[in-house]
This record gives sequence, structure tokens and C-alpha cells, in this order.
Amino acid sequence: MSYASTAGHDEHHDHPTGILRWLTTTNHKDIGTMYLIFSLIMFMVGGLMILAVRVELFQPGMQLMQPDFYNQLIGVHALVMIFAALMPAATGFANWMLPLQLGAPDMALPRLNNWGFWLLPPAAILLTLPFTLALFGIGDGAIATGWTFYAPLSVQGGIGVDFAIFAVHILGISSVMGSINVIVTIFNMRAPGMTLMKMPMFAWGWLITAFLLIATIPVLAGAVTMLLTDRHFGTHFFNAAGGGDPILFQHLFWFFGHPEVYILLLPVWGFMPQILQTFARKPMYGYKAQVYSFWGIGVLSVVVWAHHFFTVGMPVPALIYFMFSTMAISVPLAVLFFCWIATMWRGSMTFETPMLFAVGWIILFGIGGLTGLVLADVAADAQYHHTYFVVAHFHYTLFAGGIMGIMAGVYYWLPKMTGHMYNENLGKLHFWLTAISFNLTFIPQFFLGLAGMPRRIPDYALQFADFNAVSTVAALVLGLSQLLFIYNIVSCARGGKKATDRVWEGSDGLEWTLPSPPPYHSFSVQPVIK
Amino acid sequence: MAALTRIEERQEANRRLGLKLLWLVGGSILFAVSLVPLYDVFCTGTGLNGKTQNTAAQSVTEVDENRWVKIEFTSSVMPGLSWNFHPQQNSIMVRPGKIETVLFEARNMTNQVVAGQAVPSVSPGSANNYLKKIECFCFVRQELQPGETKLMPLRFYVSPDLPEKVEAITLSYAFFSAVKKAEQGERAAF
Repeated sequence: MSYASTAGHDEHHDHPTGILRWLTTTNHKDIGTMYLIFSLIMFMVGGLMILAVRVELFQPGMQLMQPDFYNQLIGVHALVMIFAALMPAATGFANWMLPLQLGAPDMALPRLNNWGFWLLPPAAILLTLPFTLALFGIGDGAIATGWTFYAPLSVQGGIGVDFAIFAVHILGISSVMGSINVIVTIFNMRAPGMTLMKMPMFAWGWLITAFLLIATIPVLAGAVTMLLTDRHFGTHFFNAAGGGDPILFQHLFWFFGHPEVYILLLPVWGFMPQILQTFARKPMYGYKAQVYSFWGIGVLSVVVWAHHFFTVGMPVPALIYFMFSTMAISVPLAVLFFCWIATMWRGSMTFETPMLFAVGWIILFGIGGLTGLVLADVAADAQYHHTYFVVAHFHYTLFAGGIMGIMAGVYYWLPKMTGHMYNENLGKLHFWLTAISFNLTFIPQFFLGLAGMPRRIPDYALQFADFNAVSTVAALVLGLSQLLFIYNIVSCARGGKKATDRVWEGSDGLEWTLPSPPPYHSFSVQPVIK
Repeated sequence: MAALTRIEERQEANRRLGLKLLWLVGGSILFAVSLVPLYDVFCTGTGLNGKTQNTAAQSVTEVDENRWVKIEFTSSVMPGLSWNFHPQQNSIMVRPGKIETVLFEARNMTNQVVAGQAVPSVSPGSANNYLKKIECFCFVRQELQPGETKLMPLRFYVSPDLPEKVEAITLSYAFFSAVKKAEQGERAAF
């Protein structure tokens, strides 16, 4: 929190100090900072959980934990990483950067903003509390169904399922409020002269994300509410004996779950071209094409959900529809990839840490996208479904495509937010360690999946031992490397070389016209865009 | 002063747009709730997902004597129900249009009165609407006395309209515990 003193140093308004400042703040920069710090903490919490899982998988056989505890760790890891690390990181950037990029004095609905953030810590506690309760003999631990809550397992599960259901409710309310705030800010608070088609890409990415959240989060909330009534109030939504259907749960869950992937990624797709154009020192390629691709992907993402359970026994016409509609997403996505590459094409590129992350991100996220095409193939999916191939695939999209993208954004904007340059050498070291250990963690998992190792099982057959050992060692390196990231952020917040207003030689956009760090209240008089 | 009014005007506009977006959220919630009945209507209407129409069908007289269709029966008992349950024949050959009767045997292995509900599923799903049940133990819940064995009839015919390419139909029954209390006691045992 040492960062607080730097953020507020040049303002002269009376607002509470100490903890009250953070509890009551409606300032978009304060709230953005809180989101980002919360996200970083939960990133480490979720990381620790999965490291315990990887250590258990280091060798075949059961060494460290009971299978039930293993199941709890994988499920809560996913829920924490998705809902408490990735989503808040994107919302944190939205809070910090949207008003600065749009030339607005603050977010449109500041009090809603404060509420949206302060719902998160209780939700995170609800998710993780059952672990602690189990230590005292209350209940049987956290949710052990995996993050997907599939019925009927979740109907039979212990107290942890109820905790997770309420956590999802609260997180959902927080996300929906954040989305409303983003949409109102983008529609109402842009600087005079900034038309929608002149908006920074980041705003476009977040606008689509916000609409997707509003459309799909209520479906998830509805599904888990039905689960709750099935568990406690005698309804039979997912109970075949009472006329319900467990497959219905999968449809409801993935109607939310697939757009969720794009919810996590669209904000990253938004700011990534801005980073690329900064360090390639030439304007973004294909602005309009990217905007239309965003819309295309946003619309397609809500009509392809059933490819997550091809093996459930769908009729062939449904399989074919979901296969081709899923593959159709690769068309707008390919447009984006070509735009990103064309933005760098023949540019005067330099490779500062954000650019390293951005270029690495394009390659690794590309691998994630291409392996997704393999899984979208109905015939191939029967082989790969529920194996480590799927695990490796979605970590290429969500760790490389999501988290490493967020890291690029952190390094890109950190000097603007703190007013200091971070340690460039440490940043580069962090990138190389992360990129290499990430690949060493997950490339073996592709092969494990191809060889038929099922996911979510704490033990495995002997022939999988070598790849698992490599994966575990690499995962430990990956986890430890993130301590460099934290050290770099903290020391950058504390001090260091002063950052210039523009920070990067090739940077472009309204946020770079402000001092670094920007004053507590910025753009009280909105700039005019010509 | 003028600047202040502008800010207030903007706050008012923001509040209005925020409230409008709440309607969108409400619409999404309504959509989520309506998905449940929509799913049922869609699945029973099209026969996707093996869901059968769980009501008695009318009989027909016309029998197709030129064709055999194999009907296979599978049975399972879901956790929480201590019954033995199986068909007396694993499969039969039928003429489309002819009414057949198959007996299923259920035995209560416990010393308590237990009720169960059989849930049918038909595979392939495209044959779903052509398998017509006239009488089925799955239409109502079944109650067995301690140790009781019960023979339960299934009377059905295959509609002569059944597509030519379907040569075999599998009808599977899963028996679920139908007593709420028994189900909860079972859950604690998990």
C-alpha cells in the first residue's frame, strides 16, 4: 500500500486517510489499485493450491493428500484464478485506464464502483473458508466437484458446494455492477469529439466484455440457484427421478462458461494492440477490422457452448452445428492475429518487458487457439475429452492468453500508475523464466493427454510418470518466478527512476498526456478530440 | 455554477443509463429461468437427448409384416436404491405396429418400504418418437414392501413409420429412489 502515498501526493482534497480511505473511496484510481492488488494476492493463493496439486502428481501413487482434498484444490484453484484473479485484474485496468483513455474525470457510477470492489473479499473468503472450517471439524472441506459444479455430483456434495454457490452469487453481482459501470462510462463519459470509432481498442474490448457479462452471468447465477434449491428445497431441476435432467445443468453452465472465456480475454485483446503499436512505433493496423472482429466473436461466443460436452450423447446434427459454429470463431480470431502481426510488421521494434510479454503472448496464445480447433473437431474430441490435452489447451489460452497478457499490461502501465520505472532487467528475467517454465509445464501435458491421461484424477498409471515429473518441476519454477514479479511491482511502487509523462517513446493515447503518476483527480476539464 | 450544473446533468444521465441497463440484467435473469421449460419442450418435442413422452400412446392396428426391429432392454439402479432390477428378456424382435409385452422384475433388498421411480431413455434419439408405450411401470412411482419381488409390465409397439435405417432400438431404464428422506440419508453416507 506504499503506493497510496505516491498516488495522492499532489492533491489537496480532504478525504479520509488510512484504512477508511480505501473503504470509502470512490476514486477510480484507488479502486483500480485495490482491484489489481486483490487480483495479485488471489493469483498467489490460487497458484499455491495448484502447486500442491502438482507436487502430488510428481510421482504416481498418493503421497501428500487424500483424493477428496485433491479434488477440492483443483476446483477452488480454477474458481479463484478465474473469478478472483483474472476478472478483477481486467476490472482493475478498466478502472485505472478507461477514464484516462477516454478523457473522463472518473468512472460514471463511482459509488457502485466502490461497492463492486468490496463485494470481492467476502466472496473470496466464502470460497476458501471451508478449507479452514474442515480443520476444525466443521463440514468436509471446500467444493470438490471441479469448477464446473456438474450435477448430480454437486447435488450430493458437502457444505463446500453451498459456500461456492454463494460466492458465485456475490462475484456475479460484483461483475454485473462493474459491467454496468463500464458501459455507462464508455457511452456517456467520452471526451467531446471522441466517437465510438475513435475510442482506444481497450475500451472496445471492455465494452463487448461488459455486454457478455450482463448477458451470461445471470444464467450462471440461475443455474447455481437451481442447484441450491435441488440440494435443500426438494426441487428436481437436475434430478432425473423427479423429471429433471443433469444434462440441463451442463447446458446452463456452459451457456455462461464459454462466453466467460472471451470475457476474460477481450480486455487483453483490447490493450495488446496498444502495446504492440507503442513498441513497433507505428499506428495500429486494422482498427476497424479489429472492432468488427470483437463484435463477431462476442456474438458467436454465445451460440457455441455445447462443444464443451460433445461426448454427453448429443444427436449428430447438434454435434455438427456446434462443431462448425465453434470453428467459425477462428475466422474473426485469425483477423485479430493478422492485425497484431501486421502492427509489428516493419516497425522499429524494441523489446522492453511489455513488448516481450506481448510478442510471447501472440505465439503462446496462438498455440492455445490452434489446439482449441483440434478439440472443436467432434471426431477428435472423443479422444481428447477430459484428458490433460484439454488442461494444457485452456492453460495456453488462459495463462498465456490471459495472465501473461495482464502481465504485459502491468509492465506497460506500471510506470504511469506509480510514477517510477520498474527494474527492466528483472522484468526481462521474469518474462523468460515465466515463458520457458510455462511451456515446460504444459507441453508435457499435451502429450499426457494424447496418451490418454485423464484430468482431475490424483493418481495415474506408471507410463505417465516422466512427463508428470517434468511438468511438476517446471510448475514450481513458474510459481517461484512470480515472486520476481511481486518484488518488481513493490519496489517500483516504492521508488525508482522517475517516469516521464509519456513513459514510452512510441506511446499514444490520452493517458500519456497526464503526468506520471496522474493526479488524484484528472481530466476535470475534458480534453477535446479532433 | 454552469460547470456544476453540467456535472449534475451528466450524473443524472449516467444514473438513467445505469437503470436502463438493469432492465437488460432482468431480461437475462428471465431468459435463464425460461431456459428450463424451453429445454424440456425442445427435448421432448424433438426426441433429442433420449427423452421420451412419458404418457400412454394409442394403439394402431396396422402391422408391418415385412420387417423386424430388434428392441434391446437395459436396466440400472441408481445409488440410493437397494433394489435388484432387470428385464426378463434382454432383447426381443418385433414387427412394427404389433403390441408386445415385456416384464421387468424388481426386488426390494431392504427391510423397509421403499419407493422408486424409473426414468426411461431411448437410443438412438432419432427413434425416440417411434417407440410408443401403452402401459409402463415408469408412468408412476413404484412402491415395494420389505423383501417384495414385483413383476412390472411394459406394453409397447414400434410405430410402422420408423425410418428404414433404424434396425435396433435400445430402451434403458434407470431406477431412482423416489423418497426424499431416503435420498438425504443416502447423501450423508457418501
